[in-house]
This record gives sequence, C-alpha cells and structure tokens, in this order.
Amino acid sequence: MTLFLIVALPFLGALLPGLMNSAGRQACAGVTFIVSLAAFVGLLTNLPAVIAGDVVMARVDWLPALGLNFTLMLDGLGFFFASLILGIGMLIITYGRHYLSRDDNMGEFFTYLLLFQGAMVGIVLSDNILLLLVFWELTSLSSFLLIGYWKHLPEGRQGARMALAVTGMGGLAMVGGMLILGQIAGSYDLSVILQNRDLIQASPLYTPALLLILLGCFTKSAQFPFHFWLPHAMAAPTPVSAYLHSATMVKAGIFLMARMWPVLSGTPEWFMIVTTAGLVTMVLGAVIALFKHDLKALLAFSTVSHLGLITMLLGTGTAFGAMAAVFHILNHATFKCALFMSAGIIDHEAHTRDIRRLGGLRALMPVTFAIATLGALSMAGIPLLNGFLSKEMMLEEALHTKLFGSYWLVPALALVGSLFSAAYCFRYISHVFLGPVRDDYPSKPHDPGPGMWLPPAILVVLVVVIGVAPFLAEPYVRMVTEAVIGGAAEMPKAHLKIWHGLVPALYMSIAAVVGGLLLLAAYRPALRLWDATPRPEAKTIFEKGVIAGAVALARGLIHPLHDGAFSRYGAIMAITVIAAGVHAYGTGAVGAMTRAMQPAGVVPIAGWVMLVAATGGMVFLHRNRLLSLILIGIVGLMVSIGFVYFSAPDLAMTQITVEVVTAILLLLALNFLPNRTPVESSVLRRTRDGAIAIAGGVAAAALSLHYLLRDFVSPSISEFHLANSYKGGGGTNVVNVILVDFRGFDTFGEIIVLGIAALLIYALTETLLSGPVRARLLNRKPDQPRAGDMHPMMMVVLTRVMMPVVLLVGFYIFLRGHNEPGGGFIAGLVVSIGVVMQYMASGYSWATARLRYPYHGIIGTGVLVAGLTGIGSWFVGKPFLTSDFAYYRIPPFHKFELATAAAFDLGVFLAVVGAVMLSLDSFSRLARRAHVKDSEHPMDIDPSRDEDADPLQNPATGEV
Amino acid sequence: MELLVASAIGVMTAAGLYLVLRLRTFPVILGMSLLTYAVNVFLFASGRLTVGASPILVKGVSDYTDPLPQALVLTAIVISFGMTAVIVMIALGAYLGAGADHVDDQTPPGEPEPVPEDVT
Repeated sequence: MTLFLIVALPFLGALLPGLMNSAGRQACAGVTFIVSLAAFVGLLTNLPAVIAGDVVMARVDWLPALGLNFTLMLDGLGFFFASLILGIGMLIITYGRHYLSRDDNMGEFFTYLLLFQGAMVGIVLSDNILLLLVFWELTSLSSFLLIGYWKHLPEGRQGARMALAVTGMGGLAMVGGMLILGQIAGSYDLSVILQNRDLIQASPLYTPALLLILLGCFTKSAQFPFHFWLPHAMAAPTPVSAYLHSATMVKAGIFLMARMWPVLSGTPEWFMIVTTAGLVTMVLGAVIALFKHDLKALLAFSTVSHLGLITMLLGTGTAFGAMAAVFHILNHATFKCALFMSAGIIDHEAHTRDIRRLGGLRALMPVTFAIATLGALSMAGIPLLNGFLSKEMMLEEALHTKLFGSYWLVPALALVGSLFSAAYCFRYISHVFLGPVRDDYPSKPHDPGPGMWLPPAILVVLVVVIGVAPFLAEPYVRMVTEAVIGGAAEMPKAHLKIWHGLVPALYMSIAAVVGGLLLLAAYRPALRLWDATPRPEAKTIFEKGVIAGAVALARGLIHPLHDGAFSRYGAIMAITVIAAGVHAYGTGAVGAMTRAMQPAGVVPIAGWVMLVAATGGMVFLHRNRLLSLILIGIVGLMVSIGFVYFSAPDLAMTQITVEVVTAILLLLALNFLPNRTPVESSVLRRTRDGAIAIAGGVAAAALSLHYLLRDFVSPSISEFHLANSYKGGGGTNVVNVILVDFRGFDTFGEIIVLGIAALLIYALTETLLSGPVRARLLNRKPDQPRAGDMHPMMMVVLTRVMMPVVLLVGFYIFLRGHNEPGGGFIAGLVVSIGVVMQYMASGYSWATARLRYPYHGIIGTGVLVAGLTGIGSWFVGKPFLTSDFAYYRIPPFHKFELATAAAFDLGVFLAVVGAVMLSLDSFSRLARRAHVKDSEHPMDIDPSRDEDADPLQNPATGEV
Repeated sequence: MELLVASAIGVMTAAGLYLVLRLRTFPVILGMSLLTYAVNVFLFASGRLTVGASPILVKGVSDYTDPLPQALVLTAIVISFGMTAVIVMIALGAYLGAGADHVDDQTPPGEPEPVPEDVT
C-alpha cells in the first residue's frame, strides 16, 4: 500500500465515527478499528522492502518554491514507530469501546483518536521536515482535544490547556530549529539532511538549531524541566492516557531525537544537554512517582522517568546506547500501555484510583492482578520479563559514560533511578493487589469483560515472550537500530541476552531490586519525609505564574490603551492622520501650479454658500436632531447639484436617490432615539475637538486645492477607458461601461458587500427582536403624540398612482444605462424608493403581506445573476466577466444592442433593490409595536369601506 | 471654482470630524455621513473639475470629463449607504439594549457590562 494512503487513512477515517455515531457504539468503535487495521495491514505490506534494507519513498510536490513537499519515507525506524502507533492503537480502540460509559460521545472520541493517530503516523513517515512540523503541530492540537475530552471536568480542561501551551511552545521553537537545519543542509528533505552530518556539525548555526530542536523534543517528551505537563494530562480518559502517554505522543520527541541522531548526536553539546536532561528526568520522575497516591499519576511520573532513561541513552551518542534506547522504547510501550490499561480497569471497577483506598484486589480481580503484576515486574527490571533486558543494557551503557569528568556520576544516578523505579513498581503491586480484602471500596470491584482485559493481556504476552526469548526480537531491534544510526556509527556487536555472566550491570540490577524492596518496607517514614519536604507545585506555578502573569500583562497593556472610548480613538486617529500629512507636506516637494483657476459664476457661489451654511448649521444646531437631519439633506442636495454642474450626471442621480433612502433610514432610527443630544462635554473638550476638526478641514482643503490646480503626475488611464468604451464595451456611457465591464469584478465585489451589509442589518434586527430588547420595544410608549391618521388616504392614492410610473422610470433608467446616464445602481435605488413609498403609505404589515419574494432572495438572485454572467464567458474560453455585445434588428423596431453587460447590470440592479429594501424593512420591523394592531387595510380612513368606526378615533386602538 | 470646491471639502471634513468626536451616537452618524460626502467629492475632484464637458461619447466631440473617478465614486456612494445603515443599526441596537446612546464605553475596562435595570 502506498505510504500516502497509510497516512491518509486515519484522517479520512476520522469522518466515519462521527457519522456512525447514531448507528450505535459497536458500529462506531468497529469502523474506527477497521480504519486502523487497514492502515496497519497497509504498513505490513511494506515490511518486506524494509527488511530488505530499502527505504520506501512517496513524493508529491506541494509547495516546491518553499521547499515544502509531501514526501514520505519508510525505513526501519519509521516502520517501528508506525507499527507501535497503529498496533497499540487497535488495542486502545478495543479497550476504549468498553471503557467509555454511555454518557460519553463515542463518535467524538474516536474521531479525535483517529486524527491523533493520523498525525502521529504522519510524523514518523515524513521525509520533509516542514511536513513533519505540520504533523507535529497536529499532534499537539489533536492531543489537546483528546486530553480535554471530558470537557465538564475542570482538571481535564486545565490539563489540556497546559499540554497545549507547553508542547505548542516547544513546537514553535522546533519550527525555528528545523528551518535553520534546512538552511544549513540546503534541503528540507530528511534523506538529504541525514547525509550531511559533517556539514551540519561544522556550521556555526549548529548549536542554535540543536537547542531549538531539543526544546521541541523535550517539551513533547516531558523532559525536565518541561516534565510537569504530562501528569496533569492524566485527567484524560484512561485509553487516551494509555495511548498518548505510553506509546505515542510523548514518544514523538524521542522519535525525533532518534531520527536526528545521525546528524545531531556525537557532539559535546548534544551529549551534555541530552544526557543530563535524561538523567535528571529519570531520577526526578522515579522519586516523585513513588510518592504519588493516584494510580495514574504514579504511572505518569514513571513514564516521565522512563522517557528520561531513553533520552539519556540517546544522549550518550554511542551505537550501543541507541540500540538500548530502541529496545527500551519497544519494551516500555508494551508494559506501560498494559499498566495504564490495568489502572483504567481498577478505576472503572472500583471507582477510585487512590492507592490508599485500594488493596487486596488480588482475590477480587485475579486477571487484572496477573496483568498488572507482570507489567509492573517488567518495569521494575525482574528477569525473564522484557524490562529487565533493556534496563540492564541501560546500566551497562551508564557504566561506560563519563559526565562532568566523573565516571561514577552516571552509574550512581542510574542506580538511584532504577532503585526508585523498582520501589514504585513493587508499591503498585503490593499496595493495590496484596494485603487483606477491604470492605470500603467505593464500588465492589471484579474483573471486567474480555473487551477490557484482552488488550492489556496481549501486551503482557509480548512482555513475557520478549523477556523469555529475546532472540526473537533481536533481528527487529537490530533493523531499527541500523535505521537510527544510519551511517554515523558501527553497528554494535552486542546481542540481546538474558544472561551476560557476572557483570557489574547484573550486580547493579540486584542492588536496585533489593534496594527497592527495602525502600518499600520503609515506605511510611519515607513518605513522612517526602511530605515534610517543601517542593514547587507545577500546576500552581503554571496557572498562577505563567497564565495569570500573561493575562495581567495583557490587561496592563490593553486596558489603558483600549478603554472603550470611541471619541478618544477618533481623536487619536485624526491627529495621527493630520500629523502624517503635515510631515509629508514638510518633507516632500511641492510642484508649481500648472492649471489656472476657473472663474466661478453667481450660481456656483450661491450653491457653495448654501452648502457651507447647512454644514455650519449642523455643527451649531446638532443638538436638535431632526433639524440636523434636514440640514444634512441640504448638504446632500448641494453635493448632487455640484455633480451635475461638474459634468457627472450619473453621480448626481445616484447621490440624490441615495439621499432619499438615507433620509428615510435616519428618520426611522430617530423614531427610537432621543430627539435631542444633551450637553455633556466641557468647553475645554469642545475647544479641543474644534481645533482638531479645523486642522483636519484645513488639511483636506489644502490637499484638494493643491491637486486641483496641478495636472496629473503621470498620464491617466482614463484615456484608455474613453477610447475603448464604445469599441470594446459597446456603450457610450463610459461611467456605466467602466462599472459593468472594465471594472466589473470590482462592482461584483461591491454588490456582495452591499448584500452582506443588508444581511448584517437583518441579523442584528433578528437578534434584537429575539432578546430582552423585544419586551422593551413592545412596552415602549412613544414620547410624542402619534398621528391619528397614520395611513392617510391622500398618500395611499398618490403612491399607488406613482408606483407604475416609478417602475417605468426605473426600467427606462436601467435600459438606457449603457449609453446614457443611468444603469443598474440608479435604477435599483429608484425602484426601491417606489416600493418604500408603499410601506410608508400603508404600513409595514400591509406591504409585507403583498410581498411575493423575500429580499434575501432578491439579493442572492442579483449576486447569482451577476456571477453567472461572469462565468458564462468561461464557456467561450474567455476570462471571468469578459463581456460581449451585438446589434440586432427585429422589425418593426429600430436596430438595438444586446450586451452581456446588461445581464450583469441586472444582477447589480437586483442586489441593490434587495439590499436597500432589506435594510429599510428591518428597521421598520423594529418600529412595529404590539399595542398598535396591525391593519390589513391600506389606509385608515377609507370611504369605500362600510364601517361605523368614528373617523376621529384612532381606528387601530380605539383610543381617542 | 477650484477654491470653492476645495473649501467645501474642507468645511465638510471639519464639520464631520467635529461631529464624529461627539459623545452620542446620532451626531457621530451624521458626522460620518458628512465625512463620506467630503471623501466622495474629494475622490471625484481627483479627475479635476470640468464644467460643461460631455460624460457621454458623442461623435465629433473630443473634450470629455474624466469617467474613472466618477465610476469609483458611484459605487462608493451606494456602499456608503450600506455602511451608514449598518452603523445606524448598531447604534440602535446599543441604545435599545443598554438604554443609553453613549458612544464611549461607560464601564471602566475589565469590568463586566452592567445589565439594564428594566430587563425582566
């Protein structure tokens, strides 16, 4: 099976559990298992090639310009890890199926699990280190989801957050390290990097690259001082702990150190950092583990300790160390996973993981007892179990390692670590299973069904088989070791054997086991001593120190700057812009005046006076809101007339129609808002604002005057549009041709923006009307008397008569737009005004009842029509929105033109109508009040209606 | 003529800025509308002022107004309507939700928003 498929299967399969969720728990776990099995079988099909020593490759160029390619490679090391991930994954899936309770969402769980599995397989099969980084980050993210799977538990959320923060931070460091490494080697492909040991180790950038990559590995593999996140991640469901924290996630860092071993190891820096961190982690983890009362915490710290052991072995930089590391990775995965599962069984059955509340389970749970005992004895390093073999190799390696100039430091610390390791293993057995049966378990424990004990049992069988017959595992271990060391060192001659003779390592093993037993015998005094020793609590430091510190820092920075005072932001922005302009003016060159000032007649001056007077009036009379609304209408009118005067009829038509709808909109809004603006700001503040405003105004005027009196710096592209409008676009109205043809894509974007704005208004209205505001709106008493005749006959009749005229005008403006002033925008606005008039005359409900198409649909149709017109040009092999036109003659009509641009303009027209109407419609929905009954009549007083209602009374409410 | 247009842009900008810096929503909205006018006229004037020139292609005429700024400003006018409508809606929602039309956040930073009293 191709490597792509092996990596892709878990990701694709991740869709299935979610889909199968309703089909039941068995189906859900079943498909997950099948997906893993398929990937596992696919992996096995590549085994012959791997055994033959080949490196299986698969390559697809992804972003070759960045050196990021989807390149996968499978060698002995990759196969080893992938088989662990997928093989143990299947056991975990089986176990998880029986472990999760009915309240847990199984589809969600298995989806996360498969995502994680895919990311892990991706890491170990990546050839491109950038691709590896992508998968690396994916494991951080998917493990976050898995650790926090029990969202209702605060510990779960905190643990997930901590794991993400620590591993994510390490991942960031690793991105830097990998980029440096790729720069040194000149390629991001591992197969190239691994060949360049000398080049990389000679580079001055070797040390920074090493430090950054190790930071990533150490955080992921929970090496001191980043070991603290792993135990807190134990808040996850036990299958997750067993999977992530024994076989996969934390092994990713180990994997990367093994992968990079040929190029990075062997230098003093590597040796000092990796060996020291490994040793410290091993001893520290073992000591803490002994005094943990939570079964999973004990196992978590023991994992930390064993990861330290493996790291130390990789750190020594010898081939024998690498072989011992590989062997221990395999052994640790088997016994630790079995132990986690057994801890999960105990938790599941006894409803507690507290060792102090357990004991005597041997008689109640014989199967679990057998599994856990064999696993723990293996971990303690008892002969005939696999843990003994790799642990003895570790001690052997330690004896030959000289650190800080001392021959005894490493062996002594390794012995201490092994001693504590043996002690906590014995504690796990004796304090949980041995001793008298108690009668105060939270729940009476008994062995679970085979679904839960079979997976760990399979692993324990492996533990025993490898322990008794290590020669069976030897070829496999040698193959993987060969892949690890590459060409960097000679393969060690050593064999995996139980009996090496009376060597120092054997005496150390015996000392560790005996010492462990003695330590357990003296457990109570040791525990008292431990409890009396002050020590930092990682979680407190992380939550109170790191997280709270970051939050406080962010608050301290943001709150003074971002205090929610919009007027302050506005002032700061205005001052900044003015200052930038002044700076540009002061430093740039101002060219000479090249255009003469045109003379101004009486009419333009009169218009200017009106505009300035209205604008000034707005400033001084703005507290009266209705008045300022009228004044801004005058300003708009003057601007429109200005457009006409300066030869821009299209603009004038647009501006004046927009004025109408804006005025209606603001009136609708003013209906709710207070009528007056109170005096709040001090004189000083008003002076300040006035100064800013005058400065801004002077700057804008000066800039405008400057360019109005000078010619274009470079030739304008307008000439092109003028020259090609008729020839290329088939229209004489250049402005319209630019809109629907030359810059049609812009227009397409703009109608979409307009549509989004209208939908936003609609959504806000919906939110308001479904929230607490609704009640307030319904109870609202208008602050001014309402008109008794809200829908007067005069207006109703007039708007009805005008409606067809308006539609005709709109139609006319739309059609002539290509050659005369007009077009979709203006026609859309004109038609909207015609419809709004009906709303105003007869009320919201009357008009809505006659509405056949929803405005959302009209917006959508408009955008769709415009988009389809653009797509249409694809069918004739032209780029998006290429227009075409032709002239036809149908007797007896005059010759006329048909252009695809007209269809595009129709889309614009529809979108504008829909957007304007949806906005106004939303506002008027707010205006409906509950105590005014909706009238189904078009007008309140209708002579043709036979009603005895007193026309002087409010017909809707009956109130006078 | 140029002086008239430039000074009109200046006056509208100044008035718009002053109103934008007020403390209640409605003057701020009007101020933004004034700024919109100013910006639109500013952009339009970047084609330089031409009086009495043809905006439509006619045979035999060679003196035309600049169509490009016109096309850009035309869409800008329509879009600015959409944006005004959105701001008005937000202002309205804030007023109806909080019972006040202050522009500035009245609560000190970091404290939760007060719940209006009459919500039951």
